Amino acid sequence: MTQQTSTTRTASAAAMRLEPQPGEVINRSRTVHFTWNGSRRTGFEGDTIVSTLAADGERVFSRSFKYHRPRGLLTAGFHDPGCIVQVDDEPNVRGAHRPVRDGMQVVSQNVWPSLKYDAKSANQLIGRFLPPGFYYKTFMRPARLWPAYQQVLKRFANGGVVAAEATGEYYDKRYAHPDVLVAGGGPAGMSAALAAAAAGARVMLVEEEFELGGHLRWGDDTDRAVMTDLRSRVTAAEGIEVLTNSVVLARYDENWMAVVQRGLPGVPERLIKARARVLVPAAGLIERPYVFDGNDKPGVMLSTAVRRLINLYGVKPGERAVVFTANGAGDAALADLRRAGVEIAHVADARRGGNIARALGRGAVQSVELPGKRRIDADLLVTATGWTAPTSLLNMAGDRPVYSERAARFLPGGQAGDSVLPVGGLAGDGTVEEYLAHADAVGARAAHRALAERNRHAAATPTSVRRREGASDTEPPADEDSDRLDTPGLSVDPHPALFRASTHGMVDYSEDVTSEDLFTAVQEGYDSAELAKRYTTATMGPLQGKLETINAIAVVAEATGKTIAQTGTTTWRPVYAPVTLGALAGRTFEPVRHSPMQRWHEGRGAKPLIAGQWIRPEHYGDPQAEVHAVRGGVGIIDVTPIGKLDLKGKDVPQLLNLLYVNKWSKLAVGRVRYGVMCAEDGVVFDDGVTGRLGEDHYLMSTTSSGAGAVWEWLELWLQTERPHWDVHVTPVTTAYASINVAGPRSRELVSRLTEGVDLSPEAFGYMHVRTGRVAGVDDCVLWRIGFTGELSYELHVPSSYGLHVWEALMKHGADLGVAPFGIEAQRVLRLEKGHLIVGQDTDGLTKAYSAGLDWAIKLDKDDFIGKPELQWQAQSEGGPRLVGVQPVDGSVVPPEASQIISRTGAILGRITSSRMSPTLGRSIGLAQVDSSVAASGSLLTVRLPDGSDCQVRVTEQLAHVDPEGKRQEIGVAPSSTSGAASVDFADFTDPVARPPVETTGSTSRRGHWLVTDRASSADLTLTDLSPLAKVGVRAADDGALASSLGVQVGRASRREGALVAGAGPGEWLIIDAVDGQADLAARWRNRVDETGESAAVVDQTHGRALLRLTGARAVDVLAKICAIDLADDLVPDGSALRSSVARLVTDIIRDDVSDEPGQRSYLLHCERSSGQYLFDSVVDAGAEFGIETKGGALDIG
Amino acid sequence: MMQLPCPWCGPRNVSEFHYSGEVIARPDVGSVAPDQWRTYLYTRANTAGWTKEKWYHSAGCRRFFQVQRNTLTNENHLVEEAR
Repeated sequence: MTQQTSTTRTASAAAMRLEPQPGEVINRSRTVHFTWNGSRRTGFEGDTIVSTLAADGERVFSRSFKYHRPRGLLTAGFHDPGCIVQVDDEPNVRGAHRPVRDGMQVVSQNVWPSLKYDAKSANQLIGRFLPPGFYYKTFMRPARLWPAYQQVLKRFANGGVVAAEATGEYYDKRYAHPDVLVAGGGPAGMSAALAAAAAGARVMLVEEEFELGGHLRWGDDTDRAVMTDLRSRVTAAEGIEVLTNSVVLARYDENWMAVVQRGLPGVPERLIKARARVLVPAAGLIERPYVFDGNDKPGVMLSTAVRRLINLYGVKPGERAVVFTANGAGDAALADLRRAGVEIAHVADARRGGNIARALGRGAVQSVELPGKRRIDADLLVTATGWTAPTSLLNMAGDRPVYSERAARFLPGGQAGDSVLPVGGLAGDGTVEEYLAHADAVGARAAHRALAERNRHAAATPTSVRRREGASDTEPPADEDSDRLDTPGLSVDPHPALFRASTHGMVDYSEDVTSEDLFTAVQEGYDSAELAKRYTTATMGPLQGKLETINAIAVVAEATGKTIAQTGTTTWRPVYAPVTLGALAGRTFEPVRHSPMQRWHEGRGAKPLIAGQWIRPEHYGDPQAEVHAVRGGVGIIDVTPIGKLDLKGKDVPQLLNLLYVNKWSKLAVGRVRYGVMCAEDGVVFDDGVTGRLGEDHYLMSTTSSGAGAVWEWLELWLQTERPHWDVHVTPVTTAYASINVAGPRSRELVSRLTEGVDLSPEAFGYMHVRTGRVAGVDDCVLWRIGFTGELSYELHVPSSYGLHVWEALMKHGADLGVAPFGIEAQRVLRLEKGHLIVGQDTDGLTKAYSAGLDWAIKLDKDDFIGKPELQWQAQSEGGPRLVGVQPVDGSVVPPEASQIISRTGAILGRITSSRMSPTLGRSIGLAQVDSSVAASGSLLTVRLPDGSDCQVRVTEQLAHVDPEGKRQEIGVAPSSTSGAASVDFADFTDPVARPPVETTGSTSRRGHWLVTDRASSADLTLTDLSPLAKVGVRAADDGALASSLGVQVGRASRREGALVAGAGPGEWLIIDAVDGQADLAARWRNRVDETGESAAVVDQTHGRALLRLTGARAVDVLAKICAIDLADDLVPDGSALRSSVARLVTDIIRDDVSDEPGQRSYLLHCERSSGQYLFDSVVDAGAEFGIETKGGALDIG
Repeated sequence: MMQLPCPWCGPRNVSEFHYSGEVIARPDVGSVAPDQWRTYLYTRANTAGWTKEKWYHSAGCRRFFQVQRNTLTNENHLVEEAR
């Protein structure tokens, strides 16, 4: 040892900070204080955590993953493997990227007990015994010790600490639709963005660092001048959205891009889902480390790290340096080091045969050994041995980059297609000027292609201006000449192929995989890059191959005696850079549906039950008492979620015959029938009742969970198999609040509220339907049906009046003991009556005969869905059967899904429903059992979860209570006096209609409606317009009615003071003044009669929510919850479209209310039950833009 | 995420659609043999390449339509007569 220069230097405050540098990004007038492993540190604004610590002379920032070797600064950028730290409660922070912030507490990760004295570094002493595959080989047997192994391994391989109490940070998402997305904000990226924007494209420019500029940022004066010019032109350009501290994570089909934007105020990360018409990857080049003994010691740095430290942060990287250079970047680093006053002990120039052998030193570099054993004291070893092209996005686009021997790196293979056009270092070599010229030409070409694509999109989009102007989607695109645009090529410059010195060293810094390990893997037979990678875990750590892939391939090639080109590259998969799970999960959109009576249920302490999207009352405290109330008097249940479809047309009976297994041709007006639907495989799919309201008018009900699927099922058969049938289907599930009034006193209760319907058993028998006025509300549909076995009426009330009618029932039934009952009591009542529940008492294999539906199946019909399979099932008489069962010991309630077993233990079936019956005082159930043991009276053995058995007996019928069905007719006749005495219909002259969005603050009445008064003068507002009249029309899209409506799909316009929107093919929505729906519907029904066309005119006022979002930023709000490109040319004023908004199917009508440029207004229209959800979602999305909710303005004219 | 060319709404993300399967003809219910029916129920060509498929625009116009799609590349276009 000749000199003790810096090898013993100790850290002290800002000891390594240089004089101000011309390109530095730190603001020396603003200091920032934080702590590092408890010690107080001071940096400058603009410093990263690691630049501050490096300025203090710190050299070790972490311990490595497996061997706990001390690690320092290697790249001084985001992807620095040794600089991963914990900040407050956030683990795995990239310390060479994260800016310092006042008060932050930074601690090192993966150390125990401390960074300096890491006990686990003993691993490196026994490194010889931790060969590749060590964990696989060692911790395999015995399997019972796996949990113990896991505990040990976790201590050695932890990556920071996640706080036990989650803070519930707010993550964000939005959609974007750039014509050209440029991934990388260096000179080439900026140049391409500028050219694309100049050609008229909307550009998104994404940069990983905090500033644009790429490698020019740490360059010389000329570089910085070019950078400053480019930056100011980007800032001034129209149509370039710049995202810094953001990364393009992934590219999927048709340039569907995932971009993560970091460090926004109040939002840790935001995921942007961008549909880019053309992608321009401009990721530059990543400097590659050199493999030699000691290459991971603190003090070994890449040339770009040195240049960043000196030029951006004014930090001296060391005192005495050895520089190993093979290219201009190394030479430039050498010049920077000299300028920064670092003593240059030795320069090894690879272009003139120079090399290095190893770095030596305890803890950090103290000397460097050259080939021939010559040692040079130094605390800094800088290498500049070549580049890795981060081709991820190209690979994700299907490209297979090829290895260039000449350039000693991979170059694009040219298979990425026309919509992925790389620029900059990814594409080739050149001077800055050559890169700029190339990127400029590619940017223009990208814009050309993108705009042609955009025209094609516009021509196919019914809302677009272009479509309106008559452009057809077969018109040849305007990119004919784009191939003739002159693109100057980039050269491929020679570069020495330097991967490994004469010694072995670290290949994967994150995973502690050495070149020796890779040699071992190859010897053991893992002799392809993909196999060696998996076996050793090289490239599988946090860097995901960005630094280490090429070296790993080169070492495998060396070990196998192949060339790099023969060895090939490993696959680059999404995501390119790390992203938090929070950003991926983001704001979740889970639509919720509520009945209009939900608030009432909550107020009564109902236990909520989540049933699909619906929140329903499970019970109000005592389900057994609720059952008694129904059997003994009268109960009411909210059954709003039952699916309802309005069917109109002369072929409805044919449709019903096709869909249901039973017969429908002779259903008379005013009658209701139960039906079962099967799929083509004969398996029960849904059930419900359908009633005939008029000559060609039916109302179908479905199960609550099957509503959506049944509707799609109907459309499938009508559109693809029977397109000539005259049937119009309108979903009206939430147009009605549905209330089942059940019990012997139900007739008495209903009669107290109902006008215009004779409820006597003679006039309104079982399975009949009537329409009339209930509690002053017109257009109610009354079905006399019941799943409880009791006399019951199902009231379907226009939704907005649901709460009014519900409260009237409670009030006027008080003396009858009326009680609300929930889903649980309903389950018990149904089970007592032996009614099956599709999906509970049937499963995905239960054919109709196995569901006890023999009585319903009519094989003499020509056709119905599933008929062949049922025919064959009937012939074979095989398969399980649904039976009623009662445990011999009536106090035992076998859990549902308990197996029914034979004497030998074979499975014969299972219990499908099981409850204690309050009515019978014993347990009852339904079961699916093999037909051989399904006979009435059979005694079956049920295996209970605790392993014991119980006996159940098969009952004669499915029904346990009242199998003869007599109770259905037992009603307490309303005494003519009692009803009249307690109810005055005058009570009901002014029923209150409540909108789907809860009214808040002061309210007033507007017509029948209760509305919020809240005023707002905010620039961005959201108003509930649901009280407006809404009528849906379905008819042929080319008939007289269509021309009378005046708009086609995609457009909306005013007609007679109403807004008419072409909501879909042959589907219109008309919006008119409050309380005007009856007149509006009547007017259009008259028009239908005049034209003689087949059409459906359905009042949707109560079935839909309607919101208005107004303001210049309205489009930005929607961009956070809707994937549609709402640009002015694609969706101008007067557009109508339907898409998903916050995962809810929503009509969007652009209906501007102001002529001021940039002002926009959108009507949002969805199912009423989700109106509150949509409202809340829009308010949430609009928070960052200062959205306010607003009442009033209830007009459309 | 690929896009599908809805004949009514224009190009939309595939997440707005329900896949309704390969286009296959329903046998005549009156005369079908079990084997033939079960081929209709369960057997699909599952082609690696161009297929003809039925899709339902469930979050849009609620129309079924047919597309030709290359299952290897997701390249797709509308079957014109379907409209």
